[in-house]
Amino acid sequence: MDMLTVEDINVYYGAIHAIKGISLSVAKGGITTLIGSNGAGKSTTLHTISGLLKPKTGKITFEGQDITGKPAHKIVGMGLSQVPEGRHVFANMTVMENLDLGAYLRTDKEEINKDLTDVFTKFPRLLERKDQIAGTLSGGEQQMLAMGRALMSRPRLMLLDEPSMGLAPLLVQEIFNIIKEINDSGTTVLLVEQNARMALSIADKAYVLETGNITLEGTGKELLNSEAVQKAYLGG
Amino acid sequence: MESGFLHQLVQQLINGISLGSIYALIALGYTMIYGILKLINFAHGDIYMLGAYIGFVCTSILKLSFLPALIVSMIGAALAGMVIERVAYRPMRNAPRIAILITAIGVSFFLENVMILFASPQPRTFPAVFTATVYHVGAWVVNSQQIVILVSALVLMVALTYIVNQTRAGKAMRAVSFDADAARLMGIDIDSTISMTFALGSALAAAGGVLVGIYYNSIDPLMGMVPGIKAFVAAVLGGIGIIPGAMLGGIILGVVEALVSGFISSTFRDAAAFAILIIILLFKPQGLMGKNIREKV
Ligand SMILES: Nc1ncnc2c1ncn2[C@@H]1O[C@H](COP(=O)(O)OP(=O)(O)O)[C@@H](O)[C@H]1O
Ligand SMILES: [Mg+2]
Repeated sequence: MDMLTVEDINVYYGAIHAIKGISLSVAKGGITTLIGSNGAGKSTTLHTISGLLKPKTGKITFEGQDITGKPAHKIVGMGLSQVPEGRHVFANMTVMENLDLGAYLRTDKEEINKDLTDVFTKFPRLLERKDQIAGTLSGGEQQMLAMGRALMSRPRLMLLDEPSMGLAPLLVQEIFNIIKEINDSGTTVLLVEQNARMALSIADKAYVLETGNITLEGTGKELLNSEAVQKAYLGG
Repeated sequence: MESGFLHQLVQQLINGISLGSIYALIALGYTMIYGILKLINFAHGDIYMLGAYIGFVCTSILKLSFLPALIVSMIGAALAGMVIERVAYRPMRNAPRIAILITAIGVSFFLENVMILFASPQPRTFPAVFTATVYHVGAWVVNSQQIVILVSALVLMVALTYIVNQTRAGKAMRAVSFDADAARLMGIDIDSTISMTFALGSALAAAGGVLVGIYYNSIDPLMGMVPGIKAFVAAVLGGIGIIPGAMLGGIILGVVEALVSGFISSTFRDAAAFAILIIILLFKPQGLMGKNIREKV
């Protein structure tokens, strides 16, 4: 069953036509990935799904409900949260305050505490640093915080925008393990990456985005073995 | 006359802190609104004037006592602030910075002239809501108005600090100020958060207006211009966008002005405020409590 469907959306920045009629779907329970080079329109796509941008035309459906053009803060409440590119943690607040903000829309205190314990189990380093100002964390720790913060809204669908960006290989592996873990515990994932090899290797379904168009789609395995993808994104 | 100097110094400090706490109340609104919208709200001084007039109506016509008048004035100004944001600034949210600035100046002229139209340009005498008791503490003189001003300003600043740091709405305000898109991804409605910021900032300015009415007994439709600019100086002095900075900046400005009027001449009082602005812009443009670079990843 498709949890999210994007049908023929067109997104503009003023006169710039950034997304040119793309369609994609995210199956419930799986990991779907969207790969493509810098400037292809990956972040724009995620922003449009999250409601930060409005598509000029097209339709976005989440769990059967039309969410096209709905404001971002309402979409979060429906169970769809995003870990933005570049982390965007609240660098002037503590780790704990960041996590609290992740649960901003929730009132179920007990369940929030349960999720907080879960986040600290997944990311023990956040527990060690919970009273530290987020701006003083390392890049990897900030990525963990951004992911933990998104988990605090207890999303059923999580969008991740280049979580491995700027991280050392060991950390990249760790982040990908955690993404798999999050997915195993029942959260559907839509993962945007430039690190195509890693992304395709964990994805059930994959799309290739080039200058605002989807040029290829298939299972993660199919795209890993596709000649076109190997040439363009896997260095040979 | 050794002790004469010390005596005079302490006396001017008392005067300066009372005046400064009013600047601080106004500066808080500037800094909060700047923090969230990056807008210098030129109409803020006029909200302070509006607050003073509401306080005047409450005390002289409705015969309310100080506290109810203060509260009504704060609520009235909060509503006015929200309406101004909704009608004048929100449609300009994505407009170029200069256009929004000009809008703010327009709102300022609008408020001043509407008040001139309805209340006449003549100054009004603010009724004495307190019998002006003068207390002698040792050799120093403190009057009851100064105590009321200080206590009110202090209570309001403590309340604001609590709201901003501890409440859900306050956290939303801080989040939107730091990174609006990230805040939206947390589920924060930025429109209502901005509205709330205008309400709080305007309420504090109105409190300042009522307190000034009590202190100087006189209000007029243009009374917001100079204190508005000075409070802006105070906000920049403390570090614009930084709430404790506005409090510190306000108090420093008030004290400097009092010392200049007490020891040099009150003619130089206003010049002192602008000298401070120039010095701060030259040597620490980010303000006393501002960080050198904003941490941003
Ligand atoms: N705020 C913006 N204003 C104008 N153009 C933008 C903006 N953000 C992105 N773009 C343009 O839209 C296209 C897609 O960008 P983006 O979605 O960020 O790509 P990706 O995430 O795949 O690197 C690029 O050509 C980029 O220059
Ligand atoms: Mg991107």
